[in-house]
Amino acid sequence: MNYIEKINTTHLDILKEFGNIGAGHAATALSTLLNKQIDMKVPSARIVSFNDMMEMAGGAEQEVVSVSLRIEGEVTGNMFFVLSLQQAESFISNMTGNPAFSFKGAGEQSIGLSAMQELGNILSGSYLSALGDFTHLQIYPSVPELAIDMFGAIISYGLVESSQYGDYAIVIETILKEVEAGHTDEMKGHFFLLPDPLSFGPIFEALGVGLYE
Amino acid sequence: MSSTGQIVKVGIADLNIVRPPHVIRTSGLGSCVGVVIYDERASVAGMVHVMLPDSALAKSGHINKAKYADTGINELIALLKLEGAQVYRLKAKIAGGAQMFQFSSQNSSFKIGPRNVEAVKQMLQTHHIPIVAEDVGGNSGRTIEFDPHSCELQIRTVNKGSHII
Repeated sequence: MNYIEKINTTHLDILKEFGNIGAGHAATALSTLLNKQIDMKVPSARIVSFNDMMEMAGGAEQEVVSVSLRIEGEVTGNMFFVLSLQQAESFISNMTGNPAFSFKGAGEQSIGLSAMQELGNILSGSYLSALGDFTHLQIYPSVPELAIDMFGAIISYGLVESSQYGDYAIVIETILKEVEAGHTDEMKGHFFLLPDPLSFGPIFEALGVGLYE
Repeated sequence: MSSTGQIVKVGIADLNIVRPPHVIRTSGLGSCVGVVIYDERASVAGMVHVMLPDSALAKSGHINKAKYADTGINELIALLKLEGAQVYRLKAKIAGGAQMFQFSSQNSSFKIGPRNVEAVKQMLQTHHIPIVAEDVGGNSGRTIEFDPHSCELQIRTVNKGSHII
């Protein structure tokens, strides 16, 4: 039987809590780093088709800024911190003190890009170390990589493992927002955590729930 | 593109067929490969958005044929034949298969782009379908659109804009 057919709503609730702990720590780190209030939405853990996954950050062709990494250890998978260009520019301006930073502008970009990379490092590091502490599982993130490209092209790397089992993936999503940014849809960051299919067993086991119950 | 034309969309691990005046498109190819196979004389073209190189990688019973280079290309050729295409006239244009991340990992998933390209080429060769144009590899995502009337494949990337092959 396909692993996804064993996943029930209790499992999804546990994964949601998993996301809550990780993203909660990341939000605190972001808030400290930017000295701004950061609002975190309640995470979701969902079983999504690949095409639905593409719609989760504005469509496959949407240009986004992403800090991506591979997770190795007792749990394996992929993690993506995805931002709109506008939101990334705002974070970078905040960190570098250069209010004019723009990805499309003519100005010097390398400082901004490395600030963005470092922001991704810190956030994904705090997310994953919180998960490791909580589950007592060994989780080793790879060096995160910055990409500015189409969302579909980026996120499809997180679907490769799942795609060997079917046409669905389990994704734990958390949205972070600057409180002051108001209600514009563009100003937010998404965390996508996509554990590999074989990692659900160890995750549930570590949390005291079998995949077969 | 003709003003009456519509865009037939192909999702990830999906395939479809198009006739003029319509065009066919798939968006956000990263490691995936977009394969267009067409018969210019019969005015019919098909596109498959290949995600994985080989259906032997499938770890569960049901197989979505459009997901793999081998089954996807076979399925597309079968559909084109039903639409009146002649196999000896078929030509192909391919794009995608980028290597977007360099994750220092043993995991072969991250070399999936080049593996997909290799598998697609091998499969087309098996069917004696010539690849008349290609834009593969690199480290950028691509959106591609094929016009079965002009047989042009338009490729858009975030950094280099659009070009036609």
